[in-house]
Amino acid sequence: MNIGEMKAAHKRITRWEYQPGRIEKGYNDRTLHVDLSTSTVTEKPVTPLMKDKFIGGKGFGLYLLWHATKPTTQWNDPENEIIISPGPCAGITQYAGAGKSLVVSISSQSGRIMDSNVGGYFGPYMKFAGFDAIELQGKANEDVIIVIDGTDHSVTIETAPKEAIDSHVLAEQLTEMYAKDEKDKINVAVVSAGTAADHSLIGMLNFSFWDPRRKVARLKQAGRGGIGTVFRDKRIKALVCKTTGIKPNWNNVVDLNKIIERGQRFQKEIKELDDKQCEMRDKGTAHLMEIMDAYDLLPTTNFRFGKAADIGEDINKIHSNVLKSLFNLKWRDLDGCWFGCAMSCCKSVDGFELKTGPYKGDKVTVDGPEYETAAGLGSNCGIFDPLHIIEANFYCDTYGICTITVGTITAFVMECYEAGILNKERTGGLELKFGNSLAALELIHQMATGKGFGAIAGRGAEYMKHYFADQGWGDRQFLSDIAMVNKGLEYSQYMSKESLAQQGGYAMTNKGPQHDEAWLIFMDMVNNQIPSFEDKAEALYYFPMFRTWFGLCGFCKLPWNDVEPENNREKYPPKEAAKVPEHVDNYLTVFKAVTGRDIDKDELILQSARVYNFQRIFNIRRGYGLRQHDAQPYRACGPVTKREYESRQERYDKQLVDWMGMTPEAVAKMTVEEKIAAHRKYRTDRYEKLLDAVYKRRGWTRNGVPTIAWLKEIGMDLPEVIEVVKPLQ
Amino acid sequence: MKGKIIVNDQVIDWRAGMTVSDVLTVMNYTFKLLVIQINGKNIKRDDWPTATVPEGADVKVIHLMSGG
Repeated sequence: MNIGEMKAAHKRITRWEYQPGRIEKGYNDRTLHVDLSTSTVTEKPVTPLMKDKFIGGKGFGLYLLWHATKPTTQWNDPENEIIISPGPCAGITQYAGAGKSLVVSISSQSGRIMDSNVGGYFGPYMKFAGFDAIELQGKANEDVIIVIDGTDHSVTIETAPKEAIDSHVLAEQLTEMYAKDEKDKINVAVVSAGTAADHSLIGMLNFSFWDPRRKVARLKQAGRGGIGTVFRDKRIKALVCKTTGIKPNWNNVVDLNKIIERGQRFQKEIKELDDKQCEMRDKGTAHLMEIMDAYDLLPTTNFRFGKAADIGEDINKIHSNVLKSLFNLKWRDLDGCWFGCAMSCCKSVDGFELKTGPYKGDKVTVDGPEYETAAGLGSNCGIFDPLHIIEANFYCDTYGICTITVGTITAFVMECYEAGILNKERTGGLELKFGNSLAALELIHQMATGKGFGAIAGRGAEYMKHYFADQGWGDRQFLSDIAMVNKGLEYSQYMSKESLAQQGGYAMTNKGPQHDEAWLIFMDMVNNQIPSFEDKAEALYYFPMFRTWFGLCGFCKLPWNDVEPENNREKYPPKEAAKVPEHVDNYLTVFKAVTGRDIDKDELILQSARVYNFQRIFNIRRGYGLRQHDAQPYRACGPVTKREYESRQERYDKQLVDWMGMTPEAVAKMTVEEKIAAHRKYRTDRYEKLLDAVYKRRGWTRNGVPTIAWLKEIGMDLPEVIEVVKPLQ
Repeated sequence: MKGKIIVNDQVIDWRAGMTVSDVLTVMNYTFKLLVIQINGKNIKRDDWPTATVPEGADVKVIHLMSGG
């Protein structure tokens, strides 16, 4: 079917016209609300309170969702929303990494408040079209697309019965449909999910950006927490946004020259230093593969081990140089997911011929793999085959499911299979042993159709650990120990067993164990810079607050510390150097130059603290967000099995002496089971002490509830917020 | 400490003529964004292959964060 026939099949449900606006200092001062149940489109003002307390991005998303839902709203209730907001600094092109959007919703996986950050063009284009956020509420009766047309100032809801659902096809179809001509394709952005989002709870969203060199709609992912599932539950097939083209100062910033100056300085750093630092332009975040392996941090076979060699594998098979050799680097310095990003870390494999599934034989462009994808779909499943990783990466993307989540789910079911909890009968014939590439891919294909064992796996690790125990297939405690899930969300791909601070960095998060709040492993485990509970608590205060800020403003985290100024290490003491002070100063300068608000680094942290605490309280309002919800699976904390213990016996035995005060003679007499039990008691107690220290530093009660005094101190003492925490003080 | 140095609070064997680069090899520290101090003094990256580590030294190899 050609594009014209597809377009002809559309039936317009609603067309809403709006007055063109003008962005001032990064804000349109209005948001867009789409109610799919009533097919109505309206605009809402952005209030001074929203800008003051919530800044934008994730802050706007949380604020709007709070007021749109009740404490009892479930993910698939019509009033649940998906909110996309890019933040005041998003859309500038003169400083690297300024095109991010934050997507917020009630998670289909966890029932908590999910946020997921994503590149691509939709967020900035929506802002150029006139809106600081879009709220998607209600449910349509049939598959629809929503088109925000910034060229004629209209928003339409129309049926879209003929287009594909899978993202790599749909994004191209809609880009072609809504562009005037080939040249105009770069002005069209699409948000879509995929067929697996229809049949699982782990759906994600793809945000397109047209690549005029490769002539494909490339895809960036808002992956975590099932927002793609919510999207499809609302019967949204896609969002489309059109703009008239990029202008140098769409945001009407206060001081463009200041941004240009800092942007050029940063570009120079990238040009001169990236090749000898992280090689982001050559490898993207995949540069971490062999580094994580060297430091015993690469999750291998469901987070049991940290190195390929532990299972007799060779890290060189999936070394970043191997992945680099598969990337098309012809336009290396132009691989950004937003204009002007000198970091250019969006690598792609072009002309990749698929070996399985409905698109078998097709040659496609695959975005990535990034580190998390390669570790999750590769080493964590015991699969050290780069071609498998790329194929699985492609299908996860186009089917609309998160590669991190799928990786951790697959690793979990593979361990269950090898432990005898699952077998061929229970998996419908899938031999889900570690290393079985074909079985892993078939599982993904089953998630897309909602058939077979894929229908169970697509409900996530939290569901499966209970389901398997309920069926009498395995020991409930063992399943809880090895299912790498907290708050209903699967872990991302780093080993945290030997870093207590990272255990907190994962399990004390608002949305669940994603590394974008705090990545403290080197600081804690390798550098030994934060030895005391108070030191760790300080790090678990500062870094989550710092990283939250990027998601308020529309920045990407990567340009902050994946390259550093040449003199950073000489100029600052190590703890300060880790914060990359000159880049922090760049962000403060750019924020002021966009918004006119003159903030210092302490106010930056406060801006985040307000929103961070609001999100915690939002979860509390929904019956979560307390100490019990910050518990971690024991696999994240220490060795669960005999094999894990024996793989690092020297280390663990030494810890019995050094940490627990046992004599070497006493240790020598203990069985491995006794040693595992001793570690478990010690490590579990230690984590509880960490909770106490972190809660104290964060201004929370021992139950993890923000205190009223703290909320007043940081300026997040809104009446509706106080009302939630008051009974819990 | 006779025949030993301390690297990030771990005691390891020392040998005469041991350089900063040798320490990184022994520790398998392959990450690139590092600050290295010997007894509190910063050692520039260009000097790592030649700067020798004295016996008993307290060596800090600070890995600046990346990741994610």
